Amino acid sequence: MLRFLKVLTVVTMFVLGGHIAHAGQYELGREALPKEVAAWDIDVRPDGTGLPVGSGSVIDGEEIFLDQCAACHGDFAEGLDRWPVLAGGHGTLASENPVKTVGSYWPYLSTAYDYIYRAMPFGNAQSLSPDDVYAVLAYILNMNELADDEFVLSNKNFLDIRLPNEANFFADVRPDTPSISEVAPCMVNCKESVEITMHARVIDVTPDDEPGAGTE
Amino acid sequence: MTERTTDTSRRGFLTGSLAAAGGLVAVAGAKAATPDPAITDVQEWNQYLGAGVDDRPYGVPSPHESNVKRRHVEWLTASRESSVNFTPIHDLDGFITPNGLCFERHHAGIAEVDPGKHRLMINGLVDRELVFTMNDLKRFPRMNRFYFLECAANSGMEWRGAQLNGCQFTHGMIHCVQYSGVSLRTILDEAGLKTSAKWIMPEGADASGMNRSVPIEKALDDCMIAFAMNGEALRPEQGYPLRLVVPGWEGNMWVKWLRRIEVGDEPWHAREETSKYTDLMEDGRARRFTWIMDAKSIITNPSPQAPMLHRGHNVLSGLAWSGRGRIDRVDVTLDGGKNWITADLQGPVLPQCLTRFYLNFEWNGEPLLVQSRAIDETGYLQPTKDELRSVRGTNSIYHNNGIQTWHVRDNGEVENVEIS
Repeated sequence: MLRFLKVLTVVTMFVLGGHIAHAGQYELGREALPKEVAAWDIDVRPDGTGLPVGSGSVIDGEEIFLDQCAACHGDFAEGLDRWPVLAGGHGTLASENPVKTVGSYWPYLSTAYDYIYRAMPFGNAQSLSPDDVYAVLAYILNMNELADDEFVLSNKNFLDIRLPNEANFFADVRPDTPSISEVAPCMVNCKESVEITMHARVIDVTPDDEPGAGTE
Repeated sequence: MTERTTDTSRRGFLTGSLAAAGGLVAVAGAKAATPDPAITDVQEWNQYLGAGVDDRPYGVPSPHESNVKRRHVEWLTASRESSVNFTPIHDLDGFITPNGLCFERHHAGIAEVDPGKHRLMINGLVDRELVFTMNDLKRFPRMNRFYFLECAANSGMEWRGAQLNGCQFTHGMIHCVQYSGVSLRTILDEAGLKTSAKWIMPEGADASGMNRSVPIEKALDDCMIAFAMNGEALRPEQGYPLRLVVPGWEGNMWVKWLRRIEVGDEPWHAREETSKYTDLMEDGRARRFTWIMDAKSIITNPSPQAPMLHRGHNVLSGLAWSGRGRIDRVDVTLDGGKNWITADLQGPVLPQCLTRFYLNFEWNGEPLLVQSRAIDETGYLQPTKDELRSVRGTNSIYHNNGIQTWHVRDNGEVENVEIS
């Protein structure tokens, strides 16, 4: 009995004092080290959670943007070819051709910080320093006429910036068409005549397997 | 903008098929005038030995099926690394999508992950921040489920009208496989959720670091982390070695190459749930967190890439699905919506899963306007495209589940049209 208790005490001490403090049901995996969490925990939220210490100016941002971003997004963040337009588009959201940019559409600046650091430049992700990201963001704000030429963005003034379209998002309201309890689907003699109103072939943009057959 | 006789991507094949059928659509019940050489000739495979075992250690389809492949639309996106291709649903039957044909959507190309170096980290509002190897994950209690995955932008090019000729292009951002993996709830319980935990943020290991916010109720309800599809390891294009499964919800949330899940008390409003995957309404305001994929159906045969080849008895075939549960019923019309017939659902009929339907019919060679409409077990009725447009306008890109119309012409060719 005494020996049993001794063994139990040693085991208990080992579990509490050792590296297996994990107490999940299956005891699988191991506890993440703080440095491991820090290496991967790069996300930033609208309330500023996750923003690193740093700052960057419009002037510095212009230089980085021209060097690292402009090949796709254009010198003025206007977007080249089919690459995303980052600036302008104000007042277009209710039009036939809405232009959804950081300034015209995005609700939160934190989204741009989070995305630029994790995914940009395209093909060289997570290569910008926090100061670089703040600077690029300052330049994008400037191109959207949301910051003047002298502006410096930092983790300290970040939450002072509110994007103009923030209030124009609302929660999903679907289902937004009638259910069968509201409209019983008609089965027989549902309409008198049917006309074709539109043909896809008129637009003719379907890809073709034959090489050289242009489709656009 | 030149008018063509046919716009299908299988033009050569189709012309051949139509020619072989006698120039026009074949007539049923014809008597043979001469013996069929397919019977009277000795074919080489009747006579000579074929390849031995292990000639194809990982089997591939017959060369005669080389038309069955994923296709993309070049003008749609700026680069192939951030682009999409489409499942050839007109060439498939049943409800399972073969792994090599599941459509691809990448934001920074296919991450080629070494599973020995892959880790899953759980951090944030948990009692224990944990790290798992792939071997660790395979020691948790396991589950298998069939689910469809549909991109929220499936049919998005059709918001303003009929545009692409082929259900592969109009409806091919979908696949359905059996997933094997672990309940996400099991993993989160292992880390121990704090009472303030309200959201999770799955994140990918690819160069886009794909991240989305998922409410904790969904995470604990039916989400999975999957390492296998249709019995084998995930394909690299589908997130090898680990992906999130979010049944019935838009494909973008099913984070591939899953390496981290952060638990938080607020959503992140990541780029993919603000700038993208929000639905712009006519008044300039936008819906957000539009996660569920509503009930939808598509006739895959006949369709522009799969024309009618025979008069007489035919089988019309299609797929239906709903993010809200099981498909309850699919109705088909051949006359543009004047009259509807309830199709046969060929089981199994599973929740949040593709369901195959068939309709046997006689074709006398007259033009048809075919449509299908799905009804799910919640009573959700698939709307017309015009009904959707009247509620949402034409700028919303995502969640177009409107009824599709195919025009079958007297020569058997099929076109994407809209009707009154």
